[in-house]
Order: sequence, then C-alpha cells, then structure tokens
Amino acid sequence: MNESVVLDKVTKTHGLVKAVDHVSLSIQSGEFFSVLGPSGSGKTTILRLIAGLDRPDQGDIVIQQRVVTLDPPHKRPVNMVFQHYALFPHLSVFENVAFGLRMKGESQAMTQKAVSQMLALVRLQGKEKRLPGHLSGGEQQRVALARALVNRPIVLLLDEPLAALDQQLRQEMQGELKRLQREVKATFICVTHQQDEALMLSDRIAVMQGGKVLQVGTPREIYDCPVSSTVAQFIGLSNVLSGTIAHCEDGLCRVEHEVLAPVKVVCSPHDSLQGAVTVMVRPERVHVSSDMSANGYDNMFTAIVHQVVFSGNEVVYHVRLRGEVIWIARVPIAEARARPLTVGQPVYVQWRAQEGLVLPAHSTPC
Amino acid sequence: MLNHRSDTSFAFPVKVSLLSAGLFLGLFFFLPLILVFGVSLASRGMYGGITWIVTWENYQRVFDPLVGMIFLRSLFLAGLTTLICAVVGFPLAYCLSRASKPWQLILLTLVMIPFWTNFLVRTYAWVLILRADGILNSLLIGVGLLDAPLSLLFTDLSVFVGLVYGYLPFMVLPLVVAIERIPPQLEDAAFDLYASMGGMFRHVLLPLSTPGFLAGGVLVFIPSLGAFITPYLLGGGQNMMLGTFIQQEFLVARDWPFGSALSFGLMGTVLLTWFLLGRMSVEKEPS
Repeated sequence: MNESVVLDKVTKTHGLVKAVDHVSLSIQSGEFFSVLGPSGSGKTTILRLIAGLDRPDQGDIVIQQRVVTLDPPHKRPVNMVFQHYALFPHLSVFENVAFGLRMKGESQAMTQKAVSQMLALVRLQGKEKRLPGHLSGGEQQRVALARALVNRPIVLLLDEPLAALDQQLRQEMQGELKRLQREVKATFICVTHQQDEALMLSDRIAVMQGGKVLQVGTPREIYDCPVSSTVAQFIGLSNVLSGTIAHCEDGLCRVEHEVLAPVKVVCSPHDSLQGAVTVMVRPERVHVSSDMSANGYDNMFTAIVHQVVFSGNEVVYHVRLRGEVIWIARVPIAEARARPLTVGQPVYVQWRAQEGLVLPAHSTPC
Repeated sequence: MLNHRSDTSFAFPVKVSLLSAGLFLGLFFFLPLILVFGVSLASRGMYGGITWIVTWENYQRVFDPLVGMIFLRSLFLAGLTTLICAVVGFPLAYCLSRASKPWQLILLTLVMIPFWTNFLVRTYAWVLILRADGILNSLLIGVGLLDAPLSLLFTDLSVFVGLVYGYLPFMVLPLVVAIERIPPQLEDAAFDLYASMGGMFRHVLLPLSTPGFLAGGVLVFIPSLGAFITPYLLGGGQNMMLGTFIQQEFLVARDWPFGSALSFGLMGTVLLTWFLLGRMSVEKEPS
C-alpha cells in the first residue's frame, strides 16, 4: 500500500490560535480516513490545508509522493465536498457538476458524458435542470459528491458531509458513501464531530483536539484502547473514575478512589502508569442487577437506580454510586425485560477487571 | 384567499396610516405632477408667463435634434457614470463585505461620511481641485509633470468625475448587500473546482451579484441622468445635461411650458430605463 496523503509536522495559525499544531498524518491510498474531533479542534483546517485553500505556516503536505505545500487548489488532484455543500445556487444541477470540467477546459462532449455518468452514479438522473435550492438535503448532498467526484480526484475531502441531514437520511448516505468509495476507488478523508459516523465509515480514525492529533488507529483500536481519557470520552459513552494507583501485581492494578472502595483493573497497555489515573469502563460492559450474581466480576459496588432511559433496542440505566458518582449501564432489551429495574431501587454494579481501562489522568498526546 | 379580506375591514390604525400616506402622496407628489403636466400643455406667454392655450407643441420640441443631442449626451454620461461606478464600486464593495466586522464598520462609515456634508459644498470642492489654478494643476506643475495648467474644469470629463464621485456610494451599498449574501465557501468551491481568480469572478461572484448591480445601476443611472448641480457647477454653461437644460428653460429662458414638457421627457426616459432593467432582471431569474 502506498501513501496517498502525508502531512509532515504541519502547523497553521489563525491569528493567535494554533488551529493545527505540528500534525503529522499519513493516509494510505484507497483508505476511508476520518478526522474526528469537537468543533474548533482544527479538523476543518486540515482539510483546507490538503485542498490548498489554506497554506501551512510550517511543515509539508505531500500528495502521491509530490510535495504540494505551495500549490494552489487547482493544481492538486484533490476535490472537496464542503460543509453545507456550497453548491452554486445560480447553476443547475448539471452545471454544478460540470463546473470543474468546464474550468479545466474539457470538451463539451466529454463533459456531457462524464456528468451524465456521475449523476447516474449518485442516482440523480432526471434532475439535471433543477436548481440546488429546489432539491432536498439528501439530493444536494449527492450533487456535492458528484461535483467533486466527476473530476476523478485522487483524494476526496469531505467536511462534515452528513451533519446537515436528518437521522434516517444520514444512515442512508453512510451506506452510499461507502458504496461510492468502492466504485471510484479514491482516498476519502472525512472530517466529522460525530463519533458513530466515524466508527461506522472509517478504515482509520485520527482523533483531534486543540489542533493536535491525540490518537490514530482503526475504529476498534480507538474504541477499545484509547490512549487517554479525552479520546475515551470522545469516542462512545464511557464511565470514568479518577483515582490513584495503589499497587500493581500480576498485571492487575488496584486504583484507589477517595470515596469508593479500590477498583481492580488490568494494567496494560499503560504499564508504566503511576499516581493519578482515570479508570474507564464502557457502559455496555457494566453489569447491573438487583442480586449479587457472583459470576466472576472483580468489581462490585452498591448503587441506586437514578434514571431509566428506554431507547428501543436497549435500556440505559443511570445509577448513583456512593459519593454522587453517576454511572451508566447499557443493558440489551431482552435482559432488561427479564429483570426490570425501577428508579430508586438499590442495585449492584459489577464489572470484570479486564473490562476497565487505566489511562493517564491528564491527556498527553502520543 | 382574497375574499377572506373583503369581509374583514381594515383596522382603524391601518386606515389612518393608509389615509395619511395617501394624502401625503396626493398632495406632494400627484398634485404637483398634474400641475406640471398641465403647464407642459400650455404655451409660453410673450414675457415668459403662461398662456393657457392647449398645445402639443412643447412635446414636439422635445424631439428636436438639438434637444435630442442633450438627451443623448445625458444618456451617455449617465450610462458611463453607471459603468464606471460599477467597475470601481465592485472591488470596494467586495472588500467591504468580506472585511472583519470592526473593519466593515469603519469602511462603511468612510463610504457614508460624504453624505454628512452638503452635496453642493462637495461639488464646489471639486471646482477647487479641478480649476486652472486648482489643487490638481498646482500639484502636477509643482512636481514637474506639467508646464502649463490643463483645462479640466467645464469639460465633459469634469462633469463625469463629479457624477462618479457623487453617486459611487449608491452603487457600493447595494453591492455590499448582494455580496454579503454570497457565502465565501462558494469562492472556495470554485477554486477547488479548478477556477482561476478570473473564472471564479466571472462564473460565481458576478452572476450572484447581479441583484446588487441592478439596484445600484438604477440608483446611479436615474439621478445622474437628471443631475443638475454637478453639470451646472463642473460643466459650466456649455456642457449641458438634461438637468441643467430644464433649469435654464425655467429660470433663464422663462419657458415654463417647454421646461415642463422636458421634465416629462426625462421622466419618460427614466421609466423606460427602469422598465428595460426590470425586464433584464426577470430574464436573469431562472425559470
């Protein structure tokens, strides 16, 4: 596999703020790569730097083994799907999609053919003459995709591509994006603040905050082994406890909390951790029950059910541990039906040592 | 929907405001207009008075070739003024609309400041700049670029400079409004889709600024067509435009009926331009 896009220690400052701070990324060709982060984390700036709409203050950008740091946008084999699509409101769907080809000076016949093919690929045949304002959100999204992809970019940049769509359309378009990527065989770099989107779509994810990349990895790696509590909290819901490591032996740590009894956790992968740490447990790994079913759980706390949230295929229990600590447990609907819990009921909260993760208390970028 | 309105009468405050607006327009707009029209059908008396003999002769005189020349000159100068205002105004309006908020306020204030001074005074300032021993000539001679002063004042050029100066803000402000409504992302999108600076301007900015150009065009063209102060002060007696010509007929030639007919001729020209511009903007509107 060869590298499609490489960012080498790229820094970009907007005024006094470092929007992107010494970021190095290498994105494989044909990969669906997501940059995930809260708003203001610098992820859109990364796209603009790759597109050439912004120039880095430091560092280099390499696309297909060619340094393009100083190239203007029209000299880069890259196209972008903008947030809110940025379709030209005065041009028809056809002319919007044809825009890039016309600017490149392609022949009329070639343009006609390529645009028709692309509109077929995004299933917009018959809407050529419409104006963008007369299309639904999903259709506008497809026009934006077609307008970028018709130029056969090596890299397609997507800025919050699904943010403006409603839930059902979003799920539909997620599948659509994967299908398009398989068909056009381009590298997709997608910026999003929605972790479920990133987890579902991506081959790899870079988690960003404050202009820095905190972690790069497959969705699985990021979900199961976040390097810091910041990453952990950004990807999926998680329960966290802060404490101090008392002692470690045989790969098992005891973490002391100021109110609760010590928590047992498996030490890896941060064996060298000492002092203040955060213990993280995913809500679906937390077992809540009204009796003490002692089948090998290493940690057990008493709690009171604080809130019960029904969400179709599962029930989410918010339980209050001692010291006002609220934990969340996600229970499959079948199990919740079999042993229902009600608000105010005393319960036992249990989990296995290997399901907790010890992380440094303060996030340190890797 | 309409019959819904017929069975509910307007509320009292609405009636009052409609009545007062109607009264105002009737008294200060339609009545004078009718009076001027009446005068335009009368004849000039021996000593400059009005003789009430109804005639179309004044309107026939509007189509006299000499008068036609003044019409054409006015149309040309007003058209050129509009064009130059558009060319000069667009970059200014663009910078204004894309500037950061505090800068935008400062720049807009700078555009508006001239309005705080009387137009007549500002036009006199141009006389001081342009006349033979004026600021511009002294400067050029002082620097050594000229040996003798250029005669700048009382030319078509000076009238034209005055008109552009006077009406530029009327082009800039509607353009600012139009450009502000164009998301900057569209410019990025054009660049991302291989457009050069010129291509982006021609295919994205220009078509999307059309409403601003049309509004600004109307606001500049119509007043400069009937401009009076500028051609009077900067054009002298020779370089007449419609405004100065009408004023002369009323006050110098004391031919009120012909002056009135000319006024209606000017109004007709303005309405025709308005109509044509309206047609243009309708055609621009995609069906």
